[in-house]
Amino acid sequence: MNNEHLIEKIRSFDSTINITQGPQYLTLDVAPESLSKTAFMLKNNPDLSFDYLFCLTGNDLPDAYSVVYHLESIKHRHCIVLTAKAASRENPVLDTVSNIWLTADFHEREVYDLIGITFANHPDMRRIFLDEEDWVGYPLRKDYTDNNIVSR
Amino acid sequence: MEDLILDNNTIQEEEYIINMGPQHPSTHGVLRFKVSLQGETVLNVQPHCGYIHRGIEKMCEKLTYQQIIHLTDRMDYLSAHINNEAVCLLVENALQIEVPERVKYIRTILSELTRLASHQLWWCAFGMDLGALTTYFYGLRDREPILDIFEETTGARLLQSFNTPGGLMNDIHPNFIKRVKDYIVYFRKKLPEYDELLTGNVILQERTNDVGFLTLEDAISYGVTGPSGRASGFACDIRKHHPYSAYDKVDFKEILYTKGDTFHRYKARVEEMWESLKIIEQLIDNIPDGDYTAKMKPIIKLPEGEYYQRVEAARGEFGVYILSKGEKYPYRAKFRSPNFSNLSAINKMAAGYKIADLVAISGSLDLVIPDIDR
Repeated sequence: MNNEHLIEKIRSFDSTINITQGPQYLTLDVAPESLSKTAFMLKNNPDLSFDYLFCLTGNDLPDAYSVVYHLESIKHRHCIVLTAKAASRENPVLDTVSNIWLTADFHEREVYDLIGITFANHPDMRRIFLDEEDWVGYPLRKDYTDNNIVSR
Repeated sequence: MEDLILDNNTIQEEEYIINMGPQHPSTHGVLRFKVSLQGETVLNVQPHCGYIHRGIEKMCEKLTYQQIIHLTDRMDYLSAHINNEAVCLLVENALQIEVPERVKYIRTILSELTRLASHQLWWCAFGMDLGALTTYFYGLRDREPILDIFEETTGARLLQSFNTPGGLMNDIHPNFIKRVKDYIVYFRKKLPEYDELLTGNVILQERTNDVGFLTLEDAISYGVTGPSGRASGFACDIRKHHPYSAYDKVDFKEILYTKGDTFHRYKARVEEMWESLKIIEQLIDNIPDGDYTAKMKPIIKLPEGEYYQRVEAARGEFGVYILSKGEKYPYRAKFRSPNFSNLSAINKMAAGYKIADLVAISGSLDLVIPDIDR
């Protein structure tokens, strides 16, 4: 399916969704409250069937914490990027997609560990790399400070 | 006697937790599996990673694009050249630089040699995990000439960092073509030995056949890529479906199996070695003349935006995500490492099998721990 058909198809489910054409992939910006609904639709609609989540990235943007989902359909071989911004900066929370794509289980734990976004309804929301008991802060945040960081 | 049997039964029913690792020979690095057992049957495996988390993504935020390449070597050190290539391709695509054809050919040949060396090391270590020590000597014997070829051309045996944005560090060594051709002839003779020595072996067959199943749906959902995913029928070869460098000019087969057990993950890798040989053979005689690098500015600044590049590393899909704000450093760099996603499916594969099967299953995933922890 080419990009025009993709846009048309996605718009038929949710006409308010913000779709932009990036240099590589189509990008959908979704509101945090409709994230899991949109993700479920993208995975389970037979014409879209985005069944392979190949990358999940957490970002510390100047205005909000956001998560970027890179999706591909193995059947149709089209790709799309989904982005969602957490509403609050003090307590960033997004819905989990680990019930839709199982690989998100580990990737969301990584984002929680390094960026500090909590994923609601995640089955096992613990740090994955750093020490659960005594690590303070989230290293990939821009305001993270540590005495051991050497600046050049 | 009655008492003893009773005792035995109570032991059987109790859930028992042991730690496999972080220093365990079969985890090939510092990885810890927290295994719940009932008797010898695995109920649940929880991987605990992060023992060698170096914060590479954080470091990248203070490094230029040329410097980042050197860190990608240190993630999956067995596919160092392929990881370099991902960052270089990303920068080239973002700046819309057309690299010379010669560079594309040499990159592809070096990538396939890297894949060969990586699969050879996996094969010998996998045999050793299952108790076949001899395989180690066979695998390393054949890997050595590849490392010699790398050393002569790139100056390093393992972590080459030979790719730069726009091309290569240097031209290939005058001996390169001849040595690679000699090696193909040599390894075509040696590769059947792998099957003779190990594939048909009764112990290997017993320990890998019908062990550690992963269905196609689970492979896609867990993002298990590379030979491990293709053993479940997941057509995920980036070289085939999203070709880069010179992969669109060569003819090769995507090795697909359907059963998804440990033996098919083994077979997929051995068969891939044949395909790598085929790819190198098609390219080595046709390397076009030209420059070994495109003209690049000394300071690289990517235009503002998000970029993503996928390549097929030896263990699966390797991805680089860069968010640029127009500076000479990336605002955010993220590496999608194949081992991290492959590892997440281990509970699905190992639950219900014996603890000895866990060694075979994690061996067949070909885990490289620095790639998981980054």
